[in-house]
Amino acid sequence: MSNNPISRRNFLGLAAGAAGAAALAACGSSGPSNSGGSSSGGSGGGAASYWSLSGPPGEPYRQAAIDRFNKANPDSKITGTFFQNDAYKQKIKTALGANQGPTMIWGWGGGGLKEYVTSGQVEDLTSWLGENAAVKSKILPSSFGAGTVDGKIYALPVETVQPIVLFYNKKVFESAGLQPPKSWGEIMALVPQFNAKKIAPFSLGGQSRWTNMMWLEFLLDRTAGSEVFDKVFAGEKGAWSDPAVLDMLTKIQDLVKANGFQKGFSSTTADSNADQALLYTGKAAMMLHGSWSYGIQKEQGGNFVKDGGLGWMNFPAVEGGKGDPSNTVGNPGQYLSISSKATTEAKDIAKKFFSTTLVDDEEKAGWVKSGGVPVLTGSESLFTGDDAGFLKDMATIANGAKVFAQSWDQALSPTAAETLLDNIAKLFQLQVSPQQWVDAMNGVIGK
Amino acid sequence: MTTIAPPVVRTKEPSRSTGGRSGPVLWMALPAFVWFVFFGIIPLLGVLALSFTTWNGIGEIVPSGLDSWKATLSDPGLPHALWVTFLIMALSWAVQTPMSILIGVFLATSKRYREFLAVLFFIPLLLSSAAIAITYKALLDPSFGLGSGLGIDLLNQDWLGNSTLAMATLIFIVSWQFIPFHSLIYQGAVRQIPTSMYEASQIDGAGRVRQFISITLPQLKYTIITSSTLMVVGSLTFFDLIYVLTAGGPGDATRALALAMYQQGFQANLMGPASAIAVILVLVGLVLSLVLRRLGGRADDSQLEGA
Repeated sequence: MSNNPISRRNFLGLAAGAAGAAALAACGSSGPSNSGGSSSGGSGGGAASYWSLSGPPGEPYRQAAIDRFNKANPDSKITGTFFQNDAYKQKIKTALGANQGPTMIWGWGGGGLKEYVTSGQVEDLTSWLGENAAVKSKILPSSFGAGTVDGKIYALPVETVQPIVLFYNKKVFESAGLQPPKSWGEIMALVPQFNAKKIAPFSLGGQSRWTNMMWLEFLLDRTAGSEVFDKVFAGEKGAWSDPAVLDMLTKIQDLVKANGFQKGFSSTTADSNADQALLYTGKAAMMLHGSWSYGIQKEQGGNFVKDGGLGWMNFPAVEGGKGDPSNTVGNPGQYLSISSKATTEAKDIAKKFFSTTLVDDEEKAGWVKSGGVPVLTGSESLFTGDDAGFLKDMATIANGAKVFAQSWDQALSPTAAETLLDNIAKLFQLQVSPQQWVDAMNGVIGK
Repeated sequence: MTTIAPPVVRTKEPSRSTGGRSGPVLWMALPAFVWFVFFGIIPLLGVLALSFTTWNGIGEIVPSGLDSWKATLSDPGLPHALWVTFLIMALSWAVQTPMSILIGVFLATSKRYREFLAVLFFIPLLLSSAAIAITYKALLDPSFGLGSGLGIDLLNQDWLGNSTLAMATLIFIVSWQFIPFHSLIYQGAVRQIPTSMYEASQIDGAGRVRQFISITLPQLKYTIITSSTLMVVGSLTFFDLIYVLTAGGPGDATRALALAMYQQGFQANLMGPASAIAVILVLVGLVLSLVLRRLGGRADDSQLEGA
């Protein structure tokens, strides 16, 4: 805030520095839309800000919740600003570092949340939730795990439970006369058959990197169970050196070498939903993706979902693997924290938002309509209509999982997550061998 | 990015001026100077200070001596990023310079159709890097791009997913974007060459090629240096184009220094090592532009050599 007058004066007065101005203007245009504003700047009269992700399927329901709250509370106002997934991750960090963050910080919990906690950026909600037990009881208990750091709750689980599942295009399977795979062996057998028909076996948005990671998460879980990553998460030295990890990495590279993914997968981004398009246009047969993919395919795929073209299942078992095939990976929820830098007034508005709008029936119905399983309890009765089948299956996978692991990049600290994603991208590109991968990853354990 | 831009301006200026500046003109440089101090020097010092600390971008800044520098210099990613940066610089220079000179010479002659072409050639320069990157990304997509759309297999390569092809594609797009700018510089420079030199050589019986090699090229010496400096120093700061196009991928095949800095700082939350990379970037840029100025010899040499 404080350097704004300077930059404005310079802008007006110093047109001479043309090159500098161009560079600066370029920086400025990538900044936030001003509606977000800073909570500490204080426009007075009860205002709170909220930042989250843009795009389908979530944005309309996030906006609807804000509108509902603003309507019910005319004297306090929440302003929402929405960013693209990858852009948001950078934006929120920079904003918090500059004390320009929003009142309500949307996130994935886990390692990212832990970093906010150690930097003193977010409010401890434990005692507030203790006083408001009614709020807590409306949310699935299993979703609180990733919002908890050192036994204290710093973030409220919101929105939906999102297991990652294997989606497939039923029409493609039908016309090819093939059956969806029930094991890793069957997956590898399907690959050459689809390739022979000029259909990519799997669609993958490889440039986004976390998409590749989902493959590692499931393969490791199916071959060795959830214990290996638990050790990594606990910061145990050399935890990646488990032979199951090498085995899993080799399997991945085998799949890449067999052309298991579409041509050009490493330059496909998930943010643009190009990977989803490959599946619903029938250019790819299968795709491993988060359950939110259902909402995207429904919205963008024309009649694809409506006509029953989309199939889904939990990731199949690996022959001889130790992992429980009921296990799943994904997001146990999304998380909203309250900035500790916000004004008391803004914090109160946020808490009111948490305890009223975010746990009301309309919120629950909205997220069901988006094609997701809400983190709110008792949503099963709402699973009706076209999406009932999908929602019931997702609820079964989420609730029936012996272990519902959090996505690795969210569970780990941002520093370790970046090394992880970097090495995963190189693994898929065959730029590193499985052993080099293990060595690189052991180097950042506990960081 | 902003910290790198000013030296470009600085190095460009002396090659235009031919000395003899006196007192009253100095204050005219003041606005630029103030600007440069605020947005060039002060952030630069801040980055230098940050490189001796540990900071995750949101918490407290903790001084940690040489830790960040040790981590950065022992990271095998650094030589790789330097190599990628150098490769982009050298290859894009090697493609752009001859093309720009030829187009510049071609456009220098004032003929109606050439003026029309000049307008067309200029278009890529009007587009922002991000827009160019998004467009090319869509056109080159193997599943939904130009190749599969038109059914031309030759065009349907894994342009951005294969390490070598991705680098080649990047060089092509960079050249496509900046050749118009450098052509413009050369066009202006060629028009400055006195026609008497060409007339004299014609009397001596020199042909077009001979004129180009013996008159045009030597006369363009300073322009080549100016344009090369802009290319070389500019290529150090390529970020937006690469970030949108490949995000440094596939793997780390196009991860140039500026991109490595961004990933360290804003994705891995390691502001210390990221600042160290930024300092290295500044130093490389300074050394390169100094070397290029040296190559150009002294600015008061006669521009009309051999005239």
